[in-house]
Amino acid sequence: MLALLVLPVAVRAMSYDEARHLLARTGFGGTSAQIEELRRVPYAQGVTQVLHDNTRGTALTPPPAWVNEPPPDFRQRRNMSQAQRKQFRQQRRAQGIELKSWWYGEMIATPSPVTERMTVFWHNHFTSSLRRVHSPTLMYRQNELLRRHALGNFRELLHAVAKDPAMVLYLDNQTNRKDKPNENFARELLELYTLGKGHYTERDIKEAARAFTGWMVNRRTGQFRFNARRHDKGTKHFLNRRGSFDGDDILDILLEQPQVAVFITAKLWREFISDTPNKQELTRLAAIFRDSNYQIKPLLRAILLSPYFRAPANRGTLVKSPVELIVGTARLFDIRPNGPRRLAGLGRQFGQDLFDPPNVKGWPGGNAWITTSTLAARQQFLGRLLRGREMSQQQGPLGAQLNMRKRQEMLPAAGLPADLSNKQLERLVLPIPAVQPVPDDLDLHARITHLVLDPVYQLK
Amino acid sequence: MKRRDFLQLAGVASLTMTCPAIAANAPRPPRWDRTLVLLELNGGNDGLNTVVPYTDPQYYRLRPQLAIARDSVLPLSEKLALNPALEALMPAWSANELGIVLGVGYARPNRSHFRSIEIWETGSDGDEVLQQGWLARVFSQTPPPRAYAAHGIVIGRAPGPLQGGGMRTVIMRDAQQIIRQAQSVQAASSAIGNAALSHILNVQRDLYQASSKLRQKLARAPQLGVAFPKTRIGHQLETAATLLASEAQVPVIKISHGSFDTHSQQRGKQDRQLAALAVALMAFRQAMQAAHLWDRVLVLSYSEFGRRAAENGSHGTDHGTAAPHFVLGGRVTGGFYGEQPSLTKLFDGDLQHHVDYRSLYATVARHWWQLRDDPFSRTYPPLDCLS
Repeated sequence: MLALLVLPVAVRAMSYDEARHLLARTGFGGTSAQIEELRRVPYAQGVTQVLHDNTRGTALTPPPAWVNEPPPDFRQRRNMSQAQRKQFRQQRRAQGIELKSWWYGEMIATPSPVTERMTVFWHNHFTSSLRRVHSPTLMYRQNELLRRHALGNFRELLHAVAKDPAMVLYLDNQTNRKDKPNENFARELLELYTLGKGHYTERDIKEAARAFTGWMVNRRTGQFRFNARRHDKGTKHFLNRRGSFDGDDILDILLEQPQVAVFITAKLWREFISDTPNKQELTRLAAIFRDSNYQIKPLLRAILLSPYFRAPANRGTLVKSPVELIVGTARLFDIRPNGPRRLAGLGRQFGQDLFDPPNVKGWPGGNAWITTSTLAARQQFLGRLLRGREMSQQQGPLGAQLNMRKRQEMLPAAGLPADLSNKQLERLVLPIPAVQPVPDDLDLHARITHLVLDPVYQLK
Repeated sequence: MKRRDFLQLAGVASLTMTCPAIAANAPRPPRWDRTLVLLELNGGNDGLNTVVPYTDPQYYRLRPQLAIARDSVLPLSEKLALNPALEALMPAWSANELGIVLGVGYARPNRSHFRSIEIWETGSDGDEVLQQGWLARVFSQTPPPRAYAAHGIVIGRAPGPLQGGGMRTVIMRDAQQIIRQAQSVQAASSAIGNAALSHILNVQRDLYQASSKLRQKLARAPQLGVAFPKTRIGHQLETAATLLASEAQVPVIKISHGSFDTHSQQRGKQDRQLAALAVALMAFRQAMQAAHLWDRVLVLSYSEFGRRAAENGSHGTDHGTAAPHFVLGGRVTGGFYGEQPSLTKLFDGDLQHHVDYRSLYATVARHWWQLRDDPFSRTYPPLDCLS
C-alpha cells in the first residue's frame, strides 16, 4: 500500500521535502543550495549520489601530528617520577581534546557527510573510550579503522575491530588468557555487537571468551599480537557447534546466524528511518544485508529506497544527536570555527562526548538526548549562535572561538536570499511545521532565529 | 548492649524481615518532608571486598590476589569487616547511623550491566521488562505534593529510577545551572506532533516550572560551613546538601559514583572509589547535622550487581550477583540486616541472595515516606532499619 503510493514519484525529479529529508537523515542536513541541487535528479539517482559520490575511506582534515608517533609504552610509567607522571597525564588529556576537536573539524569540512555519520554510528556500536583505553593514539587508529570500513563490509569490519588494539584494551581482552578467561569482550561481542540479548547462553559467552584468549596488544608497538602461549587451544562448544575454535572462527560462526543481520539492520533502521522498525520490512532489508555478504552500501541503499524511509509521516520523528545539532547548524550557517575545540566541549555538555561514550553500550540516543539539562544547553547554544558576532567586549569565548560572522553577514554567507517567504524558510530550516508559527512582521534574521529556537529544530 | 550487637546475637534474618507494629495506628500522612538520597554505585560494586568476611578461610582461597588481609580490615563483627578504604564511615557506624543490608539481589540474575541496572531501576523481576522507574511507580500511587518543585533531582548519571510516567525530574550538574536554564527555555504552549516532539515539549514545560521554583529556593540557600572533598562525588553531595539546606522540597535526589566495573587491577581501583565515597559521605553527614536535617535524609546505595566470588586472572572480578548495600541517615538504626551469602554454597560460582532488592524500596516507601500503599511492600517485606 505504502509502496504503491510512493513508487510513481521515483521516476521523476524528487520534491524539495524529499531532497531535504535525504540530506538531513544521511548527513548533517543540507544548505538551501545543496537541497536545490539534489532535487534536480530522480530519487534513486539522488540516493546513488549520496552513497557513492565523494564517499571516503580516510579523513580530509590532517590529524594531529602525534598520531604517527608510536604510542607511549605504558610500562615506562613505572619508572617515572611523580612529576613526569603528571606531565604524561596532562599531555594525554590535551591529546584527547585535540582528537575530539579534529573529528568535529572533519565533520564540518567533509564532502561526504554520510561517511562521517556512519563512522559515528560504528563508534557508537563498537564502542571504546579514551577514559578506559588511556591512549589517544590507539583511539585515533580505531577511528581510522571505523572510517575505512564505515561503508564497506561488516564482516571485515567485525574481524578488524576484534583485533583493534583500543578494543582489546577497552574490553580487557589483554588479560584474557588460557585457564583464566576474562569474559568482558566475549559478552559484549554477543550482547551488543552481533546477536543482541536473548540469542545466546551464558555458556556461549564462556566458550567464546576461551576462543579469544591470547588476543593481545603489544604494549611496545601498540599493535595487535596473537600470543599462542596464552591461547586456549581446547575444544569449545559455541552456538551448537563444536571445535577448537579461535576468535576468528567465533566471528565467522556468529556471521552464519541470521540474527546478526537483523540486529544490525534494526539498529540502522533506528538511525535512519524511525524508532519503530516494521518487522516485515526489517526482515526484507536484513536479507539483503546477508545476501550481499554483509556489504553495508547495498543495505543502506535499500534502506534509503524503502517506502518507510520515504514516508512523510516519518519526517521529523527522530531527535538530532548533539553532533548532528552542532555540526548541522555550523554547516547550515557556514560557520568555520577557528579551532573546533569549543565544539567538542559543547558536544560533551549536550551529552555526547566523542571518543568517550558513557559505557560499552554507547549513547542511548533517541528521546534520551533531550533532558531538562541538555535541552536548556542546546537552546542556549543556538540562541548565542544566531546572535552572530557581537561587540568585542561582549563577544565571550563562544563567539571568538566559533569565528562568528557579524549578524548582517550571516545569512548571505549561508546562501539565503532575502526574499524567502515564511513557508520557504520553514521548509528549509525545519523537518515539519513549527510548533510556534513565525510572526509575519519580523526581518529575515529574526524569522530564522525564531525557527531555529523552535522545538522542531531539535528533530530531523 | 548496642542494638546491632543484639541483632547479631538474635539472628538477624528472622528479626529484620518482620514489619514493625505500626499498622494498628490511625493512618498517618506521608512524610514528604523527608528526602531519599539514592546513591548509584555504577558498574557493579564488588561486595566481598566492601564488607569483608575476614574470618572465612574460603574468602582467602577464592581470592589469593585480591583478598584484603585479615590484619588490615576494620572489624564490625566477628565475621564481617569494612574495607579499610571505608574508614571514614566508622564514626557513623559507631553512632549507630549506618545500616548494612547483606546479600541483596534477585532471582534469576542477569549479568549484563544494562539489563541488570534496568531491573534495579524499574523494580522488575529478572525476566520481566518494565518501562517505568521504581520511584515513578511509587509516586504514581501516592504522588508527592503538587506544590513541590520536582519529583526528583538527578545530579549524577541517568534518571533511571525516576524515568517514565508524569514525573517532573530535573537533571542538573550543579545548583547554579538551574538558574540559567530557567532563563533560556520558555514554556511551550503548543500541541503534540509526534512522540519525539511531545517528549521535547514535556521536557520544556517541566524544566520551566521546576527551575523557576528551585531558583527561588536556591537564592535563599544558607552557607553550608563544611568543606566537601574536591572530587566528583564530593561535588555531587555538596550540591545535594545545598539543595536540602535551601528547603528545596524534593523527595528524591539521585547521585552516582564509580566506575566499579573492576575486571582488572581491582584493589587500587575499588579502594580509591570507596575511599572517595566514604570521605564525601561524612562531609555530607556533617553538613546535614549542622543544618539539623540529618533526621530528614536517608542515603541508600544500589548497584547493578555484585561480582563473582572468585577473582579472575586479571587481578579483578567479573560480573556477579548479590552484594551488600548501605543505608545511612539520622533515623537509621545501625547494624547488619539480611544474611551474609555463603562462600561454600555458591551457585555457578556466584553468591546467592537473601534479601530481594525490592525490600529496600519497600522500606523507603513504607517506613521512610510512610506511604499507605506502594508497589513493593506487600510482596517484599520492608526492613526494620529506621526509627
